[in-house]
Amino acid sequence: MKTEIRNDRAERKTTDKPAAALNKKDHLELYHQMVLIRRIEERAAALYQEGFIGGFLHLYIGQEAVSTGLISMRRPEDRVITAYRDHGVAINCGISAKQVMAELLGKETGISKGRGGSMHMADVSKNYWGGHAIVGAHIPIAAGMAMGDQYQGNKGVTICMFGDGAVNIGFFHEGLNLSKAWKLPVLWVCENNHYGMGTSVERATGLKEIQQRAEGYGIPHSRLEDGMDILKVREAAEDALEHVRSGKGPYFLEIVTYRYQGHSIGDPQRYRKKEEVTQWEKTDPIGIYSHTLTAEKIANKNELARIEEAVDREVEEAVDFAKTSPEPRLDTLFDYVYSGDNKNG
Amino acid sequence: MAEISMRQAISDALREEMLRDEKVFILGEEVGVWGGTYAVTKGFYEEFGEKRIKDTPISEAAIVAAGIGAALVGLRPVAELMTINFAFVAMDHIVNEAPKLHTMFGGQFKIPLVIRAPGGGGRQLGATHSQTPDAVFAHFPGLKVVSPGTPADAKGLLKSAIRDDNPVLFLEHAAMYQVKGNVPEDDFTEPIGVSKVQREGSDVTIVSYCRGLQLAMQAAQQLAGEGIEAEVVDLRTLRPLDMGPVLESFKKTNRAVIVEEGWMSYGVGAEVSARLYEEAFDYADAPIKRVAQKEVPLPYNRALEQSALPQVENVLAAVKEVL
Repeated sequence: MKTEIRNDRAERKTTDKPAAALNKKDHLELYHQMVLIRRIEERAAALYQEGFIGGFLHLYIGQEAVSTGLISMRRPEDRVITAYRDHGVAINCGISAKQVMAELLGKETGISKGRGGSMHMADVSKNYWGGHAIVGAHIPIAAGMAMGDQYQGNKGVTICMFGDGAVNIGFFHEGLNLSKAWKLPVLWVCENNHYGMGTSVERATGLKEIQQRAEGYGIPHSRLEDGMDILKVREAAEDALEHVRSGKGPYFLEIVTYRYQGHSIGDPQRYRKKEEVTQWEKTDPIGIYSHTLTAEKIANKNELARIEEAVDREVEEAVDFAKTSPEPRLDTLFDYVYSGDNKNG
Repeated sequence: MAEISMRQAISDALREEMLRDEKVFILGEEVGVWGGTYAVTKGFYEEFGEKRIKDTPISEAAIVAAGIGAALVGLRPVAELMTINFAFVAMDHIVNEAPKLHTMFGGQFKIPLVIRAPGGGGRQLGATHSQTPDAVFAHFPGLKVVSPGTPADAKGLLKSAIRDDNPVLFLEHAAMYQVKGNVPEDDFTEPIGVSKVQREGSDVTIVSYCRGLQLAMQAAQQLAGEGIEAEVVDLRTLRPLDMGPVLESFKKTNRAVIVEEGWMSYGVGAEVSARLYEEAFDYADAPIKRVAQKEVPLPYNRALEQSALPQVENVLAAVKEVL
């Protein structure tokens, strides 16, 4: 259930680059998003155990700084697409806690009307394109979206997020190659959380750093070692997005982070030691941000506590909303199989 | 009406739709500078330029996936696979992405994507380049699967496919590009999901599509010389499958033969005959027969290959069995 947010790195100095230059209101909004992701997922894990949620449930806990920082740097015309660990990205893109929770419970009021579940949340009105469950399959689709923008003369960057587990499948190769061949406006963001399911990066590839992959496609790249610090993520994202926006084609950004929970619910985690997780928990991204905000006197502890309390209420309201929302009607089974005429032969 | 080849009909459909709608573009291997491996897009690169005729790397997953992505953001891509045999390396995007994205996100996404691919055997290309796996693709709800047997249908159906908001797999036959037929000269479309009686008759129903339609029509002509009038029903679309004209014809003739070029097991004939038995069992005066490819990977040797592919004689023999 609800865990304590730790921060044993009180001495650490964070960035003071322009990406960190936010006003107080913006800072608090980002803090709110990170805490909301944490709490909504902790609540979801409990609801899963109680039988309210089925299927897979891939939690983002520990990685909140990556998505929150990255997406806070996007403009409305920038498209976002990600893999199946998508609840946090959904929140950051502006999908409400209610719509996320209702989708987890498979309700008609869910963001995908209960048809998608945990792994398939999208909101086209917010330029957020999901939520894709086949590892790496969304990578060449993202290239196509960027191509579509290039073709239509649209401004905007397609921001495509994926895990370290996705870089060893063919889709990754085909998508990255095409993006460079066609000079597409796409930002590839690899969230390196050290494990593809239970197989560590070292056991899955001969490379020391995943960013080296980009070299093979002629795509400029960088690696952020500290993906637990949201302000550093913002800084890295700012540079990467600037590259793509200036018309130079794709860019590859590797962000090192860590997932505190198992791959999905029910992961016995035989592939890592408890001490390793504990060590990473000392660099809790929410704890780091909380420290920055108070140490820099941007906000005081009471203000942050009020946000945390507000999040608790928001999560409970979302759970109530989801639980009391209607199930999809059974006579809508064939809705959305085809666009327009639903004739299915 | 003008008599033109299947190649010309498909080419005309593509060209007319590109002129009609700026959002239509073509991507695939050798579609541009080369002019298309089957010369379907010959001259397009010169006419429409690099932006709308996109040569891709040999990268089928990316071809289909990029088509999906471009369709998601408002374009109407026509992705060309050099042959349907290369669809297997793009399988996830054809059967697991394109047909799922609309439904899986509660109807938010539209995927107006056409995937064109020629298939079929008879050209001594060996086992990996000669397949007719139509039934495999027709298995997946969310995808539409179209396979015309005449130039007029090819043109009209391809135009409908391009204007459709759903992913459509458009299956052509590599050995049929020279086949000629009368095609209307005005801007016309043929509806997807509608079977069509191509020849009327009262003694037996032959159901087929694409290359099988040619066999069925040739067999019907020979049978007419023997005083047997076969009705030929062309499915034209495998999903959604329109059984209406098939059932109507079967209730009239009470005998049916189904002809397909793919393997018999789990095939189009299996589906159609099952539906006939389910919906019109009482009308059957004889067991339904299927004519299909022998269950082997197609050999290179010409005689061996031809012996494995369905021939007019096989259709004639099957008709004789049900009469």
